[in-house]
Amino acid sequence: MRHIVHILLLVALVLVGCTRHRPSEKPPIHPNPNMDDQPRYDPQAPSEFFADGKAMRQPVAGTVARGRLNADPEFYTGKNADGDFIRVAPVTIDLELLKRGQERYDIFCGPCHSRVGDGKGIMIQRGYVPPPSFYDQRLVDTTDGYLFDVITHGIRNMPGYQYQIPVPDRWAIVAYMRALQRSKNATIEDVPLERRETLRQQ
Amino acid sequence: MAQLFPKWTNRIPLIVAVVVLFGGVAVVAGVWYYFSPEYTDVGYRPKQPVAFSHKLHAGELGMDCRYCHNTVETTAWAAVPPTSTCMNCHTLILPESEKLLPVRESYNTGRPIEWIRIHKVADYAYFDHGVHVRAGVGCYSCHGNIRKMEVVEQKEPLSMGWCLDCHRNPDPHLRPLDEVTNMEWEPSSDHAEFVERIKAERNIAPPEDCSGCHR
Repeated sequence: MRHIVHILLLVALVLVGCTRHRPSEKPPIHPNPNMDDQPRYDPQAPSEFFADGKAMRQPVAGTVARGRLNADPEFYTGKNADGDFIRVAPVTIDLELLKRGQERYDIFCGPCHSRVGDGKGIMIQRGYVPPPSFYDQRLVDTTDGYLFDVITHGIRNMPGYQYQIPVPDRWAIVAYMRALQRSKNATIEDVPLERRETLRQQ
Repeated sequence: MAQLFPKWTNRIPLIVAVVVLFGGVAVVAGVWYYFSPEYTDVGYRPKQPVAFSHKLHAGELGMDCRYCHNTVETTAWAAVPPTSTCMNCHTLILPESEKLLPVRESYNTGRPIEWIRIHKVADYAYFDHGVHVRAGVGCYSCHGNIRKMEVVEQKEPLSMGWCLDCHRNPDPHLRPLDEVTNMEWEPSSDHAEFVERIKAERNIAPPEDCSGCHR
């Protein structure tokens, strides 16, 4: 009987040491593997077949995927046929676009330019070269096409964002930057008549 | 003639019955407990080739998940960023860091860093990040509070039963679209009304039939 008690104690100890949710660096083992891991490539998977070790392939040089012709230069490059930056963004600017722009701006631009655009984002405190404030007259006067081009290709210390931000979102960000600039120099005349009174009271 | 079977053999049927009963229960309980992804997968936190800290980047610096995982809203796959995304900042921030050597090497050679995948549903289930994010399911629901993780760890079992729990009752996991990446979000007091409204607006009807996830 003593032996049985000892064995039970030992089993209990082992079980307590093997509870669920314990952190482990070892890859999970599925006792019943079913077809959990199939011989196929997931996105971003490594491959032994291709020389560069990647399963994902680059498009063949000189080819255009369907729907990616990007034939409209103003929309896709911010420049007109002569190669000059276009003055006004080629998109319809409404509240929806501005809200989208605000969200994208906060995600991609905020870390350096800060949420208000004064160029004092958290990355600057961590050692990045400070960008100019959006409220510099030079940037207030510049064209929308130029701002779009800078987001796309970067400038000086700023990297380009063409792979992180799709084209329509870049225009939304440009529109939101314009809204930020106007907000800084806004007067009571910019507020709709019916709202002015409540604003004065605040 | 001596007895062929000694007296103790009378207890054999009893012993067999006890072993079968307790043994059977132990096997069932063991399989239930130890074969579940709750045991096999939850808690997996491999050492990555670069000690990237989500706690620092997403937590202290407050970067949005989508700065790096920028495909999460539009595609099935929430891409691990290319090293060029790291180098957006690390050209000038800690440019000499030894810890970042593999990142610079990868950036210069074009050879990707081989990160170790943590979260993985079985290959016969087709999970789509974009659909879930656009429906307003927060990152938190499946990944836990990534902003607090120095080393990323799997927090949920990602098992079929776990998926179905939410597909049958998604309400606690639905949130406003601009709060999807917020790890500290709490449902407001009128959450029930909110859920009713957005379920209609976003046409949310999570499938429970097999072909919803298995093609």
